Amino acid sequence: MSFFVVVSLIMGAIFAPLLAPYDPFDPATLNLMNGFTGPLTPNQFTQDVFVLGTDDQGRDVLSTILFGMRISLFVGFSAVFLAMILGVILGLLAGYIGGWLDATIMRVADVQLTFPSILVAMLIFGIAKGVTPAEFRDQVAIWVLILAIGLSDWVQFARVVRGATLVERQKEYVQAAQLIGRANLAVMLKHILPNVLNPVLVIATISLALAIIAEATLSFLGVGAPPTKPSLGTLIRIGQEYMFSGEWWILFFPAITLLALALSINLLGDWLRDALNPRLR
Amino acid sequence: MVQPVLSIKSLVVEIPTRKGVLRPVDQVSYDIFPGEILGIVGESGAGKSMTGNAVIGLLERPARIVSGDVLLSGNPIHNLSASEFRKIRGKKIGMIFQDPLTSLNPLLTVGEQLVETIIEHLAVSKKEAQERAIAALEEVGIPAARERIGSYPHEFSGGMRQRVVIALALCAEPDLVIADEPTTALDVSVQAQIIALLKRLCRERGVGVMLVTHDMGVIAEAADRVAVMYAGRLAELGAVRDVLTAPKHPYTYGLMGSTPLASRGLERLKQIPGSMPRLGALPEGCAFSPRCDFAQEVCKTGSSPFIADEDAQAACWFPLQHTKLRSSK
Amino acid sequence: MLAYILRRIFQSLIVLLAVGFVAFAMFSFVGDPVDNMLGQERTQADIERLREQLGLDQPFIVQYWRFLEQAAQGNFGLSYRQGRPVSEIIAERLPATVELALVSGFLAFIGGVGLGVFTAIRRHGVLPSFIMTASLVGVSLPTFLIGILLIYIFSVELGWLPSFGRGEIVDLGGWTTGFLTASGLKALILPAITLGLYQMTLIMRLVRTEMLEVLRMDYIRFARARGLTEKTINFRHALKNTLVPVITITGLQLGSIIAFAIITETVFQWPGVGLLFINAVQFVDIPVMAAYLMMISVMFVGINLIVDVLYFAIDPRLRIERSVGGH
Repeated sequence: MSFFVVVSLIMGAIFAPLLAPYDPFDPATLNLMNGFTGPLTPNQFTQDVFVLGTDDQGRDVLSTILFGMRISLFVGFSAVFLAMILGVILGLLAGYIGGWLDATIMRVADVQLTFPSILVAMLIFGIAKGVTPAEFRDQVAIWVLILAIGLSDWVQFARVVRGATLVERQKEYVQAAQLIGRANLAVMLKHILPNVLNPVLVIATISLALAIIAEATLSFLGVGAPPTKPSLGTLIRIGQEYMFSGEWWILFFPAITLLALALSINLLGDWLRDALNPRLR
Repeated sequence: MVQPVLSIKSLVVEIPTRKGVLRPVDQVSYDIFPGEILGIVGESGAGKSMTGNAVIGLLERPARIVSGDVLLSGNPIHNLSASEFRKIRGKKIGMIFQDPLTSLNPLLTVGEQLVETIIEHLAVSKKEAQERAIAALEEVGIPAARERIGSYPHEFSGGMRQRVVIALALCAEPDLVIADEPTTALDVSVQAQIIALLKRLCRERGVGVMLVTHDMGVIAEAADRVAVMYAGRLAELGAVRDVLTAPKHPYTYGLMGSTPLASRGLERLKQIPGSMPRLGALPEGCAFSPRCDFAQEVCKTGSSPFIADEDAQAACWFPLQHTKLRSSK
Repeated sequence: MLAYILRRIFQSLIVLLAVGFVAFAMFSFVGDPVDNMLGQERTQADIERLREQLGLDQPFIVQYWRFLEQAAQGNFGLSYRQGRPVSEIIAERLPATVELALVSGFLAFIGGVGLGVFTAIRRHGVLPSFIMTASLVGVSLPTFLIGILLIYIFSVELGWLPSFGRGEIVDLGGWTTGFLTASGLKALILPAITLGLYQMTLIMRLVRTEMLEVLRMDYIRFARARGLTEKTINFRHALKNTLVPVITITGLQLGSIIAFAIITETVFQWPGVGLLFINAVQFVDIPVMAAYLMMISVMFVGINLIVDVLYFAIDPRLRIERSVGGH
């Protein structure tokens, strides 16, 4: 069942431009007078109807949710992708070259692991924000988010790959090649990659769920997707302000959506992990 | 006649599994008398430990007793409720496990573990329990017991730990002690000491002992009578001297041939061909027949032989006669 | 044992130095502090003077060293945003976070251990299954959502508890506490639950797993064979052995409580250092960010160290058989 939910959410996100009745990001279509309209009730000024209501700026909540999900998923996948690439490369280097490079990389990993990744992500975001000129901040926010979350998560991948590389290095064909004077990197890769594929996938699924939640959290805290290009987290942040004053829908629908997304991704991840676990076969 | 401390009659234990119902204990019967040590010997998986677990009520689910009786000093105990059984354990039946290191809680002192057992079963004050605990340690031969009462299990050597375990099993003064491979995890040199200790304590207190082991040497050393188990069934039962020198069951005979005995001199050890069948794949008829040198037609078909009463008997249609098989030394 | 402690302290120092470097790098490379501190109308002379004052004309290493020196004394300069000494601001807001962390940690521990033991002893049944499922949900939900949900139920709908702030606090000569007033206590409840829920779920699952593992051990079987009551077995034998690894891991979790406090404080507008930090990030207030970073590094590293040593002390086996090697 969770599979179904996730798929439909993802579909919704991908096809957002087609499904969304309005484009929430185009300032031209926004009418401030539309603000704070309830779900399915015609606006008192413009008589426009919005399925899930509008937020404080007159944006259609449904459309914003759809586009927001897009952002959340995009950031999530990209961040994990970044972490994976970074981790795999660093792990390979550490395992293959060894010596001081290995020691350095592992030390950095240890230091980074002392801190919760969310904190690391916040810090990276803050620094990146600091070095970016103010005008560009909103635009690059998404990329900074991806960078921040990705950078905070590479360690697990690196560890696994490093371990597999070290094992591979001990094997005879490598030692033989080294004796001749060639270290056969390509062949090694051919052997290493199938071994690490499974655990890397497992780590990736866990990381994906965590990355999406991290993005939502960062956006909620105000150090993520900006209000001009909001993700689900940002929407919830906006919605929280109006929780007491009666415009409940601004908070409610994004929150429900995030809930569904988080739960189903986690369940999917669990399922995937069990399916990939060689011990359970 | 003296009443046996333990009397097992046609005990059957079953384990339902996905592949069918297994019988790790199949129609086993024997008695243990006060002050005597009955050795239970057999290979791993023959059902000896399982019988012990069944007697003390510690069968792990889904194993359970399906038929037969277990009588403790004449009283049936196989049907007791959990709470009633708990009162018997420790007080009437003690048990010793194989590995003394894992049998003791590493975070509690030896004294604490003794005192809690004593207080649970005997109505004494804490102070008195302390004294009794010290006395128990002294009895099993732990030097400087009064000082060592506050020590942790890891501060003792392997042999000492097993002594502590024995002390724990005996401190509530049970009538029966089940010793499940008590010497297997110990050095050979320590084994003899532990066996001697066990023998002495049990004779002095008139406690009956079920000594489960796969080691024939231990049996020869310690037991008065011996029961040989094979594939969940009792193969032979009798006085140790009789069974060891003139075994009636071909399996026991094979075991003797594969055990180094001093009296044998430099003969080559014979190995019984094949291996004990798994419980899920028992052959028809006598379980030993596929490996038996003397097997006949009726052994392989028809019903399996069982021992009828507890005198020296073998579960065999054609028990061996020994005048010609006795060692000529 | 002493050698072990010394080695761990040395490792900790290295980590702190590394973090200090990052913090300092933030200062040097992110924006221009001079720029941030002077107003619009500034002359070249002003800039020069301030540079010299701040020691910005010195070589990198010297600046780094001075930074560390001052950091060790708690001096991080002035906040870009508020213009006040950072150490002052942090000292003001620290009690709020500490009280919150303590209460939620306490709740998490008690609840986690209690539920963990319960679900380990009673493995089957409606209530344990429900608790296990609920824990799955608790782990997958983002903290801020939980906070908002709680606010919605208890503040908006039921109106029982406040949704922001600390309530009335009492100033005890430098330390402000919310424990002494009813409104202070009420204000603590929702944030503490929010912060503690994730931890509680983790602890519960950990305790359950550990306890189930322990209950399979031989000494438990032996205890049963000696006729000890289930109650004695569960609480005297099993629990003690369960708690040893649990305490270690819980200690390490203390660190993440500090981090998650940032989220909880934001949801509830709780005036602690977490909220301070997030505001600093939004505002790019480097001194505050750096100070927070150093402070929690010391905390994390310190906690790890203490937990390692404690573990050593609790498990009597380790006292004698201490082998070579790190964690």
